[in-house]
Amino acid sequence: MTDYNFAYLDEQTKRMIRRAILKGLAVPGYQVPFASREMPMPYGWGTGGVQVSAAVMTPEDRFKVIDQGSDDTTNAVSIRRFFERTAGVAVTEETREATVIQTRHRIPETPLEAGQILVYQVPIPEPLRFLEPSEVETRKMHSLEEYGLMHVKLYEDISQHGAIATAYAYPVMVQDRYVMDPSPIPKFDNPKLHSPAIQLFGAGREQRIYAVPPFTKVVSLDFEDFPFEASKADGACALCGVDNSYLDEVIMDDAGNRMFVCSDTDFCTTRRAQGHVGAEGVPS
Amino acid sequence: MKDMMQDTDVLLSVRGLSKFYGVRIGCAEVSFDLFPGEVMGIVGESGSGKSTLLNCMAGHLTPDRGEVLFAGRDGGLRDTLRMSEPERRMLGRTDWAFVHQHARDGLRMNVSAGGNVGERLMAVGARHYGAIRDSAVDWLGRVEIAEDRIDDRPTAFSGGMQQRLQIARNLITGPRLVFMDEPTGGLDVSVQARLLDLLRGLVREMGLSAVIVTHDMAVVRLLADRLMVMKDGYVVESGLTDQVLDDPQHGYTQLLVSSVLQV
Repeated sequence: MTDYNFAYLDEQTKRMIRRAILKGLAVPGYQVPFASREMPMPYGWGTGGVQVSAAVMTPEDRFKVIDQGSDDTTNAVSIRRFFERTAGVAVTEETREATVIQTRHRIPETPLEAGQILVYQVPIPEPLRFLEPSEVETRKMHSLEEYGLMHVKLYEDISQHGAIATAYAYPVMVQDRYVMDPSPIPKFDNPKLHSPAIQLFGAGREQRIYAVPPFTKVVSLDFEDFPFEASKADGACALCGVDNSYLDEVIMDDAGNRMFVCSDTDFCTTRRAQGHVGAEGVPS
Repeated sequence: MKDMMQDTDVLLSVRGLSKFYGVRIGCAEVSFDLFPGEVMGIVGESGSGKSTLLNCMAGHLTPDRGEVLFAGRDGGLRDTLRMSEPERRMLGRTDWAFVHQHARDGLRMNVSAGGNVGERLMAVGARHYGAIRDSAVDWLGRVEIAEDRIDDRPTAFSGGMQQRLQIARNLITGPRLVFMDEPTGGLDVSVQARLLDLLRGLVREMGLSAVIVTHDMAVVRLLADRLMVMKDGYVVESGLTDQVLDDPQHGYTQLLVSSVLQV
Protein backbone atom coordinates (compact mmCIF):
# COMPACT_ATOMS: atom_id res chain seq x y z
CA MET A 1 0.00 0.00 0.00
CA THR A 2 1.03 3.58 0.16
CA ASP A 3 1.81 6.18 2.81
CA TYR A 4 -0.60 8.62 1.18
CA ASN A 5 -4.26 8.91 2.00
CA PHE A 6 -6.33 7.44 -0.84
CA ALA A 7 -5.88 9.70 -3.89
CA TYR A 8 -3.38 11.99 -2.11
CA LEU A 9 -5.83 14.52 -0.62
CA ASP A 10 -7.09 14.19 2.95
CA GLU A 11 -10.73 13.28 3.46
CA GLN A 12 -11.81 16.73 4.71
CA THR A 13 -10.41 18.35 1.59
CA LYS A 14 -12.16 15.85 -0.63
CA ARG A 15 -15.43 16.57 1.17
CA MET A 16 -14.96 20.28 0.58
CA ILE A 17 -14.30 19.68 -3.11
CA ARG A 18 -17.27 17.32 -3.43
CA ARG A 19 -19.51 19.98 -1.94
CA ALA A 20 -18.27 22.43 -4.59
CA ILE A 21 -18.86 19.80 -7.31
CA LEU A 22 -22.41 19.13 -6.10
CA LYS A 23 -23.14 22.82 -6.07
CA GLY A 24 -21.70 23.12 -9.56
CA LEU A 25 -23.90 20.27 -10.78
CA ALA A 26 -26.93 21.88 -9.19
CA VAL A 27 -26.25 25.20 -10.97
CA PRO A 28 -24.86 24.17 -14.37
CA GLY A 29 -22.18 26.52 -15.68
CA TYR A 30 -21.87 28.52 -12.45
CA GLN A 31 -18.32 28.93 -11.18
CA VAL A 32 -18.16 27.69 -7.60
CA PRO A 33 -15.24 29.01 -5.56
CA PHE A 34 -13.35 26.36 -3.60
CA ALA A 35 -10.31 26.25 -1.36
CA SER A 36 -7.80 24.93 -3.88
CA ARG A 37 -4.88 23.09 -2.26
CA GLU A 38 -1.21 23.11 -3.06
CA MET A 39 -0.54 20.09 -5.22
CA PRO A 40 2.82 18.45 -5.91
CA MET A 41 2.92 19.99 -9.39
CA PRO A 42 3.02 23.56 -10.64
CA TYR A 43 -0.08 25.62 -11.42
CA GLY A 44 -0.93 25.25 -15.07
CA TRP A 45 -0.19 21.52 -15.07
CA GLY A 46 -3.64 20.45 -14.07
CA THR A 47 -3.83 21.10 -10.33
CA GLY A 48 -7.55 21.86 -10.59
CA GLY A 49 -8.30 18.74 -12.60
CA VAL A 50 -6.22 16.56 -10.28
CA GLN A 51 -8.10 17.80 -7.22
CA VAL A 52 -11.47 17.14 -8.85
CA SER A 53 -10.33 13.68 -9.99
CA ALA A 54 -9.09 12.90 -6.49
CA ALA A 55 -12.41 13.94 -4.98
CA VAL A 56 -14.56 11.80 -7.29
CA MET A 57 -12.26 8.77 -7.47
CA THR A 58 -13.13 5.43 -5.84
CA PRO A 59 -10.85 2.37 -5.56
CA GLU A 60 -12.93 0.60 -8.25
CA ASP A 61 -12.43 3.31 -10.87
CA ARG A 62 -10.44 2.90 -14.07
CA PHE A 63 -8.59 6.10 -14.73
CA LYS A 64 -7.52 7.62 -18.06
CA VAL A 65 -5.64 10.87 -18.65
CA ILE A 66 -5.32 12.65 -21.96
CA ASP A 67 -3.35 15.75 -22.84
CA GLN A 68 -4.39 17.31 -26.18
CA GLY A 69 -6.02 13.98 -26.97
CA SER A 70 -2.87 11.99 -26.33
CA ASP A 71 -2.32 9.35 -23.62
CA ASP A 72 1.45 9.43 -23.80
CA THR A 73 2.56 13.04 -23.37
CA THR A 74 4.43 14.12 -20.24
CA ASN A 75 1.43 15.69 -18.52
CA ALA A 76 -0.82 12.69 -19.13
CA VAL A 77 1.79 10.13 -18.11
CA SER A 78 2.76 11.90 -14.89
CA ILE A 79 -0.82 12.50 -13.73
CA ARG A 80 -1.70 8.85 -14.53
CA ARG A 81 1.31 7.64 -12.53
CA PHE A 82 0.44 10.04 -9.72
CA PHE A 83 -2.92 8.36 -9.18
CA GLU A 84 -1.52 4.88 -9.75
CA ARG A 85 0.86 5.56 -6.89
CA THR A 86 -1.37 7.52 -4.48
CA ALA A 87 -4.71 5.79 -5.11
CA GLY A 88 -3.68 2.44 -6.52
CA VAL A 89 -6.48 2.62 -9.08
CA ALA A 90 -6.46 0.74 -12.36
CA VAL A 91 -5.48 2.83 -15.34
CA THR A 92 -6.38 2.46 -18.98
CA GLU A 93 -5.85 4.19 -22.28
CA GLU A 94 -9.17 3.06 -23.72
CA THR A 95 -11.90 5.67 -23.58
CA ARG A 96 -14.65 3.04 -23.44
CA GLU A 97 -13.01 1.26 -20.50
CA ALA A 98 -12.40 4.33 -18.35
CA THR A 99 -14.78 5.51 -15.64
CA VAL A 100 -12.92 8.74 -14.81
CA ILE A 101 -11.15 10.59 -17.61
CA GLN A 102 -9.05 13.63 -16.86
CA THR A 103 -8.45 15.75 -19.93
CA ARG A 104 -6.51 18.76 -21.04
CA HIS A 105 -7.82 20.57 -24.15
CA ARG A 106 -9.83 17.75 -25.78
CA ILE A 107 -12.98 15.67 -25.51
CA PRO A 108 -12.40 12.06 -26.63
CA GLU A 109 -13.67 11.17 -30.13
CA THR A 110 -15.36 7.99 -28.86
CA PRO A 111 -18.77 9.11 -27.57
CA LEU A 112 -18.92 9.11 -23.78
CA GLU A 113 -21.54 7.08 -21.96
CA ALA A 114 -23.67 7.42 -18.88
CA GLY A 115 -21.63 6.59 -15.78
CA GLN A 116 -18.41 8.11 -17.08
CA ILE A 117 -16.95 11.30 -15.59
CA LEU A 118 -14.91 13.69 -17.72
CA VAL A 119 -12.68 16.03 -15.68
CA TYR A 120 -11.32 19.10 -17.46
CA GLN A 121 -8.20 21.02 -16.51
CA VAL A 122 -9.08 24.70 -16.75
CA PRO A 123 -6.48 27.49 -16.91
CA ILE A 124 -8.87 30.49 -16.89
CA PRO A 125 -12.46 29.69 -15.91
CA GLU A 126 -13.84 33.18 -16.53
CA PRO A 127 -15.03 33.57 -20.14
CA LEU A 128 -15.34 37.34 -19.69
CA ARG A 129 -11.85 37.78 -18.25
CA PHE A 130 -10.13 39.31 -21.27
CA LEU A 131 -13.03 41.67 -21.85
CA GLU A 132 -13.55 42.79 -18.28
CA PRO A 133 -10.53 42.58 -15.97
CA SER A 134 -12.44 43.11 -12.71
CA GLU A 135 -13.58 39.92 -10.96
CA VAL A 136 -16.15 41.90 -8.97
CA GLU A 137 -17.62 43.18 -12.22
CA THR A 138 -17.61 39.81 -14.04
CA ARG A 139 -19.38 38.10 -11.14
CA LYS A 140 -21.98 40.85 -11.21
CA MET A 141 -22.36 40.35 -14.97
CA HIS A 142 -22.94 36.61 -14.45
CA SER A 143 -25.46 37.16 -11.69
CA LEU A 144 -27.38 39.69 -13.79
CA GLU A 145 -27.01 37.68 -17.00
CA GLU A 146 -25.33 40.61 -18.76
CA TYR A 147 -23.61 38.87 -21.61
CA GLY A 148 -23.65 41.52 -24.35
CA LEU A 149 -19.89 41.86 -24.01
CA MET A 150 -19.35 38.25 -25.10
CA HIS A 151 -20.93 39.07 -28.42
CA VAL A 152 -18.75 42.16 -28.73
CA LYS A 153 -15.80 39.77 -28.79
CA LEU A 154 -17.39 37.68 -31.54
CA TYR A 155 -18.29 40.89 -33.41
CA GLU A 156 -14.63 41.92 -33.27
CA ASP A 157 -13.64 38.54 -34.67
CA ILE A 158 -15.94 38.91 -37.65
CA SER A 159 -15.00 42.53 -38.32
CA GLN A 160 -11.30 41.65 -38.32
CA HIS A 161 -11.27 38.22 -39.91
CA GLY A 162 -14.54 37.96 -41.80
CA ALA A 163 -15.63 35.01 -39.68
CA ILE A 164 -15.66 34.03 -36.02
CA ALA A 165 -11.98 33.27 -35.66
CA THR A 166 -12.13 32.01 -32.09
CA ALA A 167 -11.03 28.40 -32.58
CA TYR A 168 -10.68 27.16 -29.00
CA ALA A 169 -12.17 28.06 -25.61
CA TYR A 170 -15.26 28.99 -27.60
CA PRO A 171 -17.86 30.44 -25.20
CA VAL A 172 -21.06 28.49 -24.61
CA MET A 173 -24.40 29.21 -22.97
CA VAL A 174 -25.30 26.49 -20.46
CA GLN A 175 -28.98 25.66 -19.92
CA ASP A 176 -30.02 29.17 -21.10
CA ARG A 177 -28.43 30.78 -18.08
CA TYR A 178 -24.65 30.92 -17.59
CA VAL A 179 -22.03 31.72 -20.20
CA MET A 180 -19.19 29.26 -19.65
CA ASP A 181 -15.65 28.77 -20.88
CA PRO A 182 -15.46 25.10 -21.92
CA SER A 183 -11.68 25.20 -21.17
CA PRO A 184 -9.37 25.47 -24.20
CA ILE A 185 -10.92 22.61 -26.15
CA PRO A 186 -11.09 23.20 -29.92
CA LYS A 187 -14.50 24.45 -31.01
CA PHE A 188 -14.72 21.19 -32.98
CA ASP A 189 -15.45 19.55 -29.61
CA ASN A 190 -18.16 22.01 -28.53
CA PRO A 191 -21.12 19.91 -29.81
CA LYS A 192 -19.84 17.02 -27.65
CA LEU A 193 -20.48 19.08 -24.51
CA HIS A 194 -24.05 17.84 -24.76
CA SER A 195 -23.30 14.40 -23.39
CA PRO A 196 -24.63 11.51 -21.27
CA ALA A 197 -21.46 11.73 -19.12
CA ILE A 198 -20.87 14.02 -16.14
CA GLN A 199 -18.48 16.85 -17.04
CA LEU A 200 -16.55 18.56 -14.26
CA PHE A 201 -14.20 21.52 -14.67
CA GLY A 202 -11.45 22.33 -12.17
CA ALA A 203 -9.27 25.45 -12.12
CA GLY A 204 -6.63 25.13 -9.38
CA ARG A 205 -4.89 28.48 -9.51
CA GLU A 206 -8.15 30.37 -10.02
CA GLN A 207 -9.89 28.25 -7.33
CA ARG A 208 -13.06 27.57 -9.29
CA ILE A 209 -15.06 24.41 -10.01
CA TYR A 210 -17.96 24.23 -12.43
CA ALA A 211 -19.95 21.44 -14.01
CA VAL A 212 -22.19 20.34 -16.84
CA PRO A 213 -24.55 17.55 -15.74
CA PRO A 214 -25.57 14.83 -18.25
CA PHE A 215 -27.80 15.97 -21.14
CA THR A 216 -27.55 19.64 -20.19
CA LYS A 217 -28.34 22.04 -23.02
CA VAL A 218 -25.09 23.63 -24.15
CA VAL A 219 -25.24 26.17 -26.98
CA SER A 220 -22.22 27.80 -28.62
CA LEU A 221 -22.72 31.56 -28.93
CA ASP A 222 -22.98 33.00 -32.44
CA PHE A 223 -24.75 35.52 -34.67
CA GLU A 224 -27.83 34.75 -36.76
CA ASP A 225 -25.93 35.54 -39.96
CA PHE A 226 -22.66 33.98 -38.73
CA PRO A 227 -23.71 30.68 -37.17
CA PHE A 228 -21.39 28.55 -35.07
CA GLU A 229 -19.31 26.06 -37.04
CA ALA A 230 -17.37 23.14 -35.51
CA SER A 231 -14.26 23.44 -37.65
CA LYS A 232 -11.20 21.22 -38.03
CA ALA A 233 -8.28 20.90 -40.42
CA ASP A 234 -9.35 19.71 -43.86
CA GLY A 235 -8.32 16.18 -44.73
CA ALA A 236 -8.12 12.72 -43.25
CA CYS A 237 -5.82 11.12 -40.68
CA ALA A 238 -2.65 9.91 -42.42
CA LEU A 239 -2.45 6.86 -40.17
CA CYS A 240 -6.01 5.59 -39.79
CA GLY A 241 -7.73 7.36 -42.67
CA VAL A 242 -10.68 8.77 -40.70
CA ASP A 243 -11.96 12.12 -41.98
CA ASN A 244 -14.24 13.24 -39.15
CA SER A 245 -11.89 13.37 -36.16
CA TYR A 246 -9.91 16.36 -34.92
CA LEU A 247 -6.47 16.40 -36.55
CA ASP A 248 -3.03 17.49 -35.36
CA GLU A 249 -0.66 18.95 -37.92
CA VAL A 250 2.79 17.40 -37.66
CA ILE A 251 5.73 19.03 -39.41
CA MET A 252 7.85 16.25 -40.95
CA ASP A 253 11.03 17.98 -42.12
CA ASP A 254 12.61 21.33 -42.99
CA ALA A 255 11.22 21.16 -46.52
CA GLY A 256 7.74 21.95 -45.25
CA ASN A 257 6.30 18.46 -45.52
CA ARG A 258 3.57 17.82 -43.03
CA MET A 259 1.06 15.20 -42.12
CA PHE A 260 -2.28 15.28 -40.34
CA VAL A 261 -2.98 12.67 -37.69
CA CYS A 262 -5.76 12.11 -35.18
CA SER A 263 -5.18 14.10 -32.01
CA ASP A 264 -7.00 11.37 -30.06
CA THR A 265 -4.35 8.61 -29.88
CA ASP A 266 -6.65 5.97 -28.41
CA PHE A 267 -9.21 6.55 -31.16
CA CYS A 268 -6.54 6.27 -33.85
CA THR A 269 -4.93 3.15 -32.35
CA THR A 270 -8.29 1.42 -32.01
CA ARG A 271 -9.15 2.11 -35.64
CA ARG A 272 -5.79 0.86 -36.88
CA ALA A 273 -6.22 -2.30 -34.84
CA GLN A 274 -9.53 -2.76 -36.66
CA GLY A 275 -7.64 -2.68 -39.94
CA HIS A 276 -8.17 0.90 -41.12
CA VAL A 277 -5.11 2.27 -42.87
CA GLY A 278 -4.52 5.89 -43.89
CA ALA A 279 -2.52 7.30 -46.80
CA GLU A 280 0.82 7.11 -44.97
CA GLY A 281 -0.01 4.37 -42.50
CA VAL A 282 1.16 0.79 -42.40
CA PRO A 283 -1.13 -2.10 -41.42
CA SER A 284 -0.64 -2.86 -37.75
CA MET B 1 -44.42 78.29 -15.09
CA LYS B 2 -43.30 74.75 -15.55
CA ASP B 3 -43.77 74.06 -11.87
CA MET B 4 -47.48 74.24 -12.43
CA MET B 5 -47.43 71.43 -14.99
CA GLN B 6 -48.72 68.03 -14.02
CA ASP B 7 -46.39 65.60 -12.32
CA THR B 8 -46.94 63.12 -15.11
CA ASP B 9 -45.14 65.34 -17.61
CA VAL B 10 -41.93 65.19 -15.67
CA LEU B 11 -39.19 62.95 -17.09
CA LEU B 12 -36.78 63.17 -14.19
CA SER B 13 -37.51 64.52 -10.77
CA VAL B 14 -34.76 64.94 -8.21
CA ARG B 15 -35.86 65.58 -4.65
CA GLY B 16 -33.64 66.53 -1.73
CA LEU B 17 -30.60 64.69 -3.04
CA SER B 18 -27.64 64.77 -0.63
CA LYS B 19 -24.30 63.02 -0.61
CA PHE B 20 -21.69 63.35 2.11
CA TYR B 21 -18.09 62.26 2.12
CA GLY B 22 -17.67 61.80 5.85
CA VAL B 23 -18.17 65.25 7.29
CA ARG B 24 -17.60 66.96 3.96
CA ILE B 25 -20.54 67.81 1.76
CA GLY B 26 -20.60 66.37 -1.74
CA CYS B 27 -23.91 67.91 -2.66
CA ALA B 28 -26.81 68.82 -0.43
CA GLU B 29 -30.56 69.21 -0.74
CA VAL B 30 -30.67 69.39 -4.52
CA SER B 31 -34.15 69.34 -6.03
CA PHE B 32 -35.30 69.97 -9.58
CA ASP B 33 -37.58 68.64 -12.30
CA LEU B 34 -36.54 67.89 -15.86
CA PHE B 35 -39.10 67.77 -18.65
CA PRO B 36 -38.97 65.85 -21.92
CA GLY B 37 -36.82 67.59 -24.53
CA GLU B 38 -35.29 69.91 -21.95
CA VAL B 39 -31.59 70.44 -21.37
CA MET B 40 -30.48 71.32 -17.87
CA GLY B 41 -27.05 72.82 -17.33
CA ILE B 42 -25.21 72.56 -14.03
CA VAL B 43 -22.30 74.96 -13.58
CA GLY B 44 -19.93 75.67 -10.75
CA GLU B 45 -16.23 75.65 -10.00
CA SER B 46 -14.17 72.54 -9.34
CA GLY B 47 -15.25 70.89 -6.11
CA SER B 48 -18.67 72.51 -6.08
CA GLY B 49 -20.36 69.09 -6.15
CA LYS B 50 -21.67 69.07 -9.71
CA SER B 51 -20.03 65.80 -10.71
CA THR B 52 -21.08 64.19 -7.42
CA LEU B 53 -24.64 65.26 -8.16
CA LEU B 54 -24.50 63.88 -11.69
CA ASN B 55 -23.07 60.55 -10.54
CA CYS B 56 -25.71 60.26 -7.82
CA MET B 57 -28.47 60.83 -10.38
CA ALA B 58 -27.01 58.35 -12.84
CA GLY B 59 -26.68 55.65 -10.18
CA HIS B 60 -22.88 55.56 -10.15
CA LEU B 61 -22.81 56.81 -6.57
CA THR B 62 -25.29 56.05 -3.82
CA PRO B 63 -26.63 59.26 -2.31
CA ASP B 64 -27.20 59.46 1.45
CA ARG B 65 -30.60 61.10 1.18
CA GLY B 66 -33.18 61.98 -1.42
CA GLU B 67 -34.98 60.54 -4.40
CA VAL B 68 -34.33 60.33 -8.12
CA LEU B 69 -37.64 59.69 -9.85
CA PHE B 70 -37.68 58.71 -13.51
CA ALA B 71 -40.69 58.32 -15.78
CA GLY B 72 -40.49 54.87 -17.33
CA ARG B 73 -41.92 54.06 -20.75
CA ASP B 74 -44.95 52.56 -19.05
CA GLY B 75 -45.64 55.96 -17.45
CA GLY B 76 -45.47 56.72 -13.76
CA LEU B 77 -42.49 57.93 -11.78
CA ARG B 78 -40.22 55.37 -10.17
CA ASP B 79 -37.46 55.94 -7.67
CA THR B 80 -34.34 54.69 -9.44
CA LEU B 81 -32.42 54.49 -6.17
CA ARG B 82 -34.81 51.86 -4.87
CA MET B 83 -34.88 49.86 -8.08
CA SER B 84 -33.17 46.49 -8.13
CA GLU B 85 -29.70 46.43 -9.63
CA PRO B 86 -30.76 44.60 -12.84
CA GLU B 87 -33.51 47.15 -13.47
CA ARG B 88 -31.18 50.08 -12.91
CA ARG B 89 -28.55 48.58 -15.19
CA MET B 90 -31.16 47.91 -17.84
CA LEU B 91 -32.16 51.57 -17.61
CA GLY B 92 -28.48 52.46 -17.93
CA ARG B 93 -28.23 50.82 -21.31
CA THR B 94 -31.63 51.62 -22.77
CA ASP B 95 -33.30 54.84 -21.61
CA TRP B 96 -30.25 56.47 -20.09
CA ALA B 97 -26.89 57.41 -21.47
CA PHE B 98 -23.79 58.72 -19.77
CA VAL B 99 -21.12 60.70 -21.59
CA HIS B 100 -17.90 60.86 -19.62
CA GLN B 101 -15.50 63.78 -19.65
CA HIS B 102 -12.64 61.52 -20.67
CA ALA B 103 -13.68 59.42 -23.62
CA ARG B 104 -11.46 56.59 -22.47
CA ASP B 105 -13.64 56.18 -19.36
CA GLY B 106 -16.67 55.62 -21.54
CA LEU B 107 -15.13 53.59 -24.36
CA ARG B 108 -13.53 50.18 -24.60
CA MET B 109 -10.15 51.17 -25.91
CA ASN B 110 -9.19 47.68 -27.08
CA VAL B 111 -12.38 47.17 -29.08
CA SER B 112 -12.94 48.63 -32.56
CA ALA B 113 -15.14 51.69 -33.12
CA GLY B 114 -17.88 49.48 -34.59
CA GLY B 115 -17.77 47.15 -31.59
CA ASN B 116 -17.96 50.11 -29.23
CA VAL B 117 -20.99 51.54 -30.98
CA GLY B 118 -22.68 48.13 -31.31
CA GLU B 119 -22.16 47.02 -27.71
CA ARG B 120 -25.37 48.48 -26.34
CA LEU B 121 -27.35 46.86 -29.15
CA MET B 122 -25.81 43.47 -28.37
CA ALA B 123 -26.42 44.06 -24.66
CA VAL B 124 -30.15 44.39 -25.30
CA GLY B 125 -30.24 41.25 -27.44
CA ALA B 126 -29.31 42.13 -31.05
CA ARG B 127 -27.83 38.98 -32.60
CA HIS B 128 -27.60 39.82 -36.30
CA TYR B 129 -24.10 40.91 -37.28
CA GLY B 130 -25.16 42.64 -40.50
CA ALA B 131 -27.88 44.66 -38.78
CA ILE B 132 -25.58 45.66 -35.92
CA ARG B 133 -22.93 46.75 -38.39
CA ASP B 134 -25.42 48.79 -40.44
CA SER B 135 -26.56 50.64 -37.32
CA ALA B 136 -22.95 51.26 -36.34
CA VAL B 137 -22.16 52.69 -39.78
CA ASP B 138 -25.26 54.87 -39.59
CA TRP B 139 -24.32 56.24 -36.18
CA LEU B 140 -20.69 56.83 -37.06
CA GLY B 141 -21.99 58.87 -39.99
CA ARG B 142 -24.24 60.89 -37.72
CA VAL B 143 -21.30 61.86 -35.52
CA GLU B 144 -19.15 62.60 -38.56
CA ILE B 145 -16.76 59.66 -38.34
CA ALA B 146 -15.86 58.25 -41.76
CA GLU B 147 -17.19 54.74 -42.47
CA ASP B 148 -13.72 53.41 -43.25
CA ARG B 149 -12.67 54.04 -39.63
CA ILE B 150 -15.23 51.52 -38.31
CA ASP B 151 -12.67 48.79 -37.66
CA ASP B 152 -10.06 51.08 -36.12
CA ARG B 153 -9.61 51.15 -32.38
CA PRO B 154 -10.39 54.33 -30.45
CA THR B 155 -6.70 54.56 -29.53
CA ALA B 156 -6.10 55.55 -33.16
CA PHE B 157 -8.63 58.40 -32.90
CA SER B 158 -8.09 62.05 -31.95
CA GLY B 159 -9.60 63.37 -28.73
CA GLY B 160 -12.52 64.97 -30.56
CA MET B 161 -13.25 61.80 -32.52
CA GLN B 162 -13.12 59.70 -29.36
CA GLN B 163 -15.66 62.01 -27.78
CA ARG B 164 -17.93 61.80 -30.83
CA LEU B 165 -17.55 58.01 -30.81
CA GLN B 166 -18.57 57.94 -27.17
CA ILE B 167 -21.67 59.94 -28.01
CA ALA B 168 -22.60 57.57 -30.87
CA ARG B 169 -22.08 54.57 -28.57
CA ASN B 170 -24.46 56.08 -26.05
CA LEU B 171 -27.19 57.26 -28.36
CA ILE B 172 -27.54 54.14 -30.54
CA THR B 173 -30.28 52.59 -28.39
CA GLY B 174 -32.32 55.82 -28.54
CA PRO B 175 -32.13 56.87 -24.90
CA ARG B 176 -34.48 59.53 -23.55
CA LEU B 177 -32.13 61.03 -21.00
CA VAL B 178 -28.44 61.76 -21.37
CA PHE B 179 -26.09 62.65 -18.54
CA MET B 180 -23.00 64.52 -19.70
CA ASP B 181 -19.98 65.27 -17.58
CA GLU B 182 -17.93 68.05 -19.17
CA PRO B 183 -18.42 66.68 -22.69
CA THR B 184 -16.16 69.32 -24.22
CA GLY B 185 -13.48 69.36 -21.50
CA GLY B 186 -9.94 68.99 -22.77
CA LEU B 187 -10.79 69.65 -26.42
CA ASP B 188 -9.48 72.63 -28.33
CA VAL B 189 -11.96 75.35 -29.21
CA SER B 190 -12.59 74.57 -32.87
CA VAL B 191 -13.21 70.91 -32.03
CA GLN B 192 -15.40 72.01 -29.13
CA ALA B 193 -17.47 74.16 -31.44
CA ARG B 194 -18.13 71.30 -33.84
CA LEU B 195 -18.96 68.93 -31.02
CA LEU B 196 -21.41 71.42 -29.54
CA ASP B 197 -22.99 71.91 -32.94
CA LEU B 198 -23.37 68.16 -33.28
CA LEU B 199 -24.78 67.74 -29.77
CA ARG B 200 -27.26 70.55 -30.32
CA GLY B 201 -28.42 68.94 -33.54
CA LEU B 202 -28.84 65.49 -31.95
CA VAL B 203 -30.66 66.86 -28.92
CA ARG B 204 -33.14 68.73 -31.13
CA GLU B 205 -33.52 65.94 -33.67
CA MET B 206 -34.07 63.11 -31.14
CA GLY B 207 -35.98 65.23 -28.61
CA LEU B 208 -33.46 64.21 -25.95
CA SER B 209 -33.49 65.44 -22.43
CA ALA B 210 -30.06 66.06 -20.99
CA VAL B 211 -28.29 67.04 -17.83
CA ILE B 212 -24.97 68.68 -18.65
CA VAL B 213 -22.33 69.38 -16.07
CA THR B 214 -19.70 71.87 -17.12
CA HIS B 215 -17.67 74.82 -15.96
CA ASP B 216 -17.78 76.35 -19.41
CA MET B 217 -20.35 79.16 -19.61
CA ALA B 218 -20.33 79.10 -23.41
CA VAL B 219 -21.42 75.45 -23.41
CA VAL B 220 -24.45 76.08 -21.24
CA ARG B 221 -25.32 79.23 -23.16
CA LEU B 222 -25.46 77.17 -26.36
CA LEU B 223 -27.02 73.94 -25.11
CA ALA B 224 -28.96 74.42 -21.93
CA ASP B 225 -32.53 75.65 -21.55
CA ARG B 226 -32.23 75.94 -17.82
CA LEU B 227 -29.31 76.42 -15.52
CA MET B 228 -28.36 75.58 -11.96
CA VAL B 229 -25.37 77.22 -10.31
CA MET B 230 -23.67 75.22 -7.56
CA LYS B 231 -21.28 76.29 -4.86
CA ASP B 232 -19.92 74.22 -1.99
CA GLY B 233 -22.46 71.47 -2.64
CA TYR B 234 -25.52 73.71 -2.66
CA VAL B 235 -27.53 75.09 -5.54
CA VAL B 236 -27.23 78.85 -5.13
CA GLU B 237 -29.19 79.98 -8.15
CA SER B 238 -31.34 78.43 -10.86
CA GLY B 239 -33.52 79.61 -13.70
CA LEU B 240 -33.66 80.03 -17.45
CA THR B 241 -30.14 80.04 -18.90
CA ASP B 242 -30.30 83.46 -20.52
CA GLN B 243 -31.90 84.95 -17.46
CA VAL B 244 -29.25 83.61 -15.11
CA LEU B 245 -26.34 84.52 -17.35
CA ASP B 246 -27.61 87.99 -18.31
CA ASP B 247 -28.92 89.01 -14.93
CA PRO B 248 -27.16 86.98 -12.23
CA GLN B 249 -28.60 87.55 -8.76
CA HIS B 250 -26.32 85.61 -6.43
CA GLY B 251 -22.91 87.06 -5.69
CA TYR B 252 -21.14 83.88 -6.74
CA THR B 253 -23.01 83.70 -10.05
CA GLN B 254 -22.05 87.31 -10.72
CA LEU B 255 -18.43 86.42 -10.08
CA LEU B 256 -18.69 83.36 -12.31
CA VAL B 257 -20.27 85.26 -15.20
CA SER B 258 -17.87 88.17 -14.96
CA SER B 259 -14.87 85.82 -14.84
CA VAL B 260 -15.45 84.61 -18.39
CA LEU B 261 -12.68 85.92 -20.60
CA GLN B 262 -13.85 88.16 -23.39
CA VAL B 263 -11.95 87.72 -26.63
